[in-house]
Amino acid sequence: MHFTVVFSGLSGVCDRLRQARVRTPAAGSFSNVVKLKMAAVLQFPASVSTFNNYNDLYPDWTQTEVSTGTSIMAVEFEGGVVIGADSRTTTGAYIANRVTDKLTPIHERIFCCRSGSAADTQAIADAVTYQLGFHSIELDEAPLVQTAASLFRDMCYRYREELMAGIIVAGWDPRRGGQVYTVPVGGMMTRQPVSVGGSGSSYIYGYVDSNYRAGMSKEECLKFTAEALTLAMERDGSSGGVVRLAVISEQGVERQVILGNQLPKFSTV
Amino acid sequence: MDSHHSYSQVKGVSTGVSSLFIVSYVSSKTINKLIQVHDRIFCCIAGSLADAQAVTKMAKFQLSFHSIQMESPPLVKAAASIMRELCYNNKEELQAGFITAGWDRKKGPQIYVVSLGGMLLSQPYTIGGSGSTYIYGYVDAKFKPDMSLEEATQFSTNALALAMGRDNVSGGVVHLVVITEAEVKHVVVPGNKLPKFHDE
Repeated sequence: MHFTVVFSGLSGVCDRLRQARVRTPAAGSFSNVVKLKMAAVLQFPASVSTFNNYNDLYPDWTQTEVSTGTSIMAVEFEGGVVIGADSRTTTGAYIANRVTDKLTPIHERIFCCRSGSAADTQAIADAVTYQLGFHSIELDEAPLVQTAASLFRDMCYRYREELMAGIIVAGWDPRRGGQVYTVPVGGMMTRQPVSVGGSGSSYIYGYVDSNYRAGMSKEECLKFTAEALTLAMERDGSSGGVVRLAVISEQGVERQVILGNQLPKFSTV
Repeated sequence: MDSHHSYSQVKGVSTGVSSLFIVSYVSSKTINKLIQVHDRIFCCIAGSLADAQAVTKMAKFQLSFHSIQMESPPLVKAAASIMRELCYNNKEELQAGFITAGWDRKKGPQIYVVSLGGMLLSQPYTIGGSGSTYIYGYVDAKFKPDMSLEEATQFSTNALALAMGRDNVSGGVVHLVVITEAEVKHVVVPGNKLPKFHDE
């Protein structure tokens, strides 16, 4: 009974969602969870007037998609890459996970940093992990970082209307050494020596532009990444928690965590 | 539409001279975003230019009247207060934010930010405009209290150059205004003399 209510109000709902800047799924492709949410909302029209109004009966986090609004970063150095991310996942104003791991392994020496919708990026990463593993077995050698990045790009571009995912792919392969590829929202792919992403990245473009030098050592890259992410976490409400870092090189992957009280301090921050 | 940066420094003991620096970036020669509201008080404007000009014109008038009544140069806080009253009371119609900065005899150099809804806040340094989001990290990291004039000028120019490099609606020249007790100095740094960073 309540599903007919949902479908009759569909176009209006989609417009409202668009106005509220919520990702609008393509018509007809609603998941059951979304249908149930909309049914619940539309059964009580008096209490929920528009999707983006604050309403005591339905707290913010029951209506907002889970997002890794985030700060992520990756830097190439001679012999490998350093990747880093914050650890906050939000549903609206509620922090769903304050110790998230946004650095996801795709293959032995290839990682991706995820930003955007948590569900979308997890689904894409799982799919690419499968595809890359299969490809690597066919080839009988370690896959190229560019291959992984291409697989991300193909998926993000093909489903660009449905997805909200900004991904940085970084790793080491024997042919080209350490590489960083960025696949932002929309599905383009480009290689960069240093790349930042996520909602917190806007605040650190200036810092990264001024402090990056080609030919930094591994330790300098780690310090640079930790400082940049700390600055982003201080300014961006959707970023915070701890800083997770990883170094990927020929020797393998070394991971570390910098806890809140150990973050670098700045005189103003 | 622009990138503003204001920075204040107090040089206490050695010379007794306090200086204040304002840096404003202008996107076109015909638009001046640095409005002088009194001898030693300037306003950087952001947002709707029409609204900002209307507010600063009104504030300039009220400030000069106030200054005549008090028979002394106005306090920077007074100027900022006037801006705040105008912004707060007309918050439904207006869309403009300001950085009011200057020098007065009572407290020396000061910077006040008057935001869109009419909040008034005193800060040692501040940034504003569309390009400012890209340099929050940079200024947080690089600002030190009690910089010298040269350091502060370099700091501001670097920050603005970085913002102009990333913001597509910022560019062109950098206007710097240095306000001290003694004088007001206006310096222009053209685009080709700005510092360059690794990807340029």
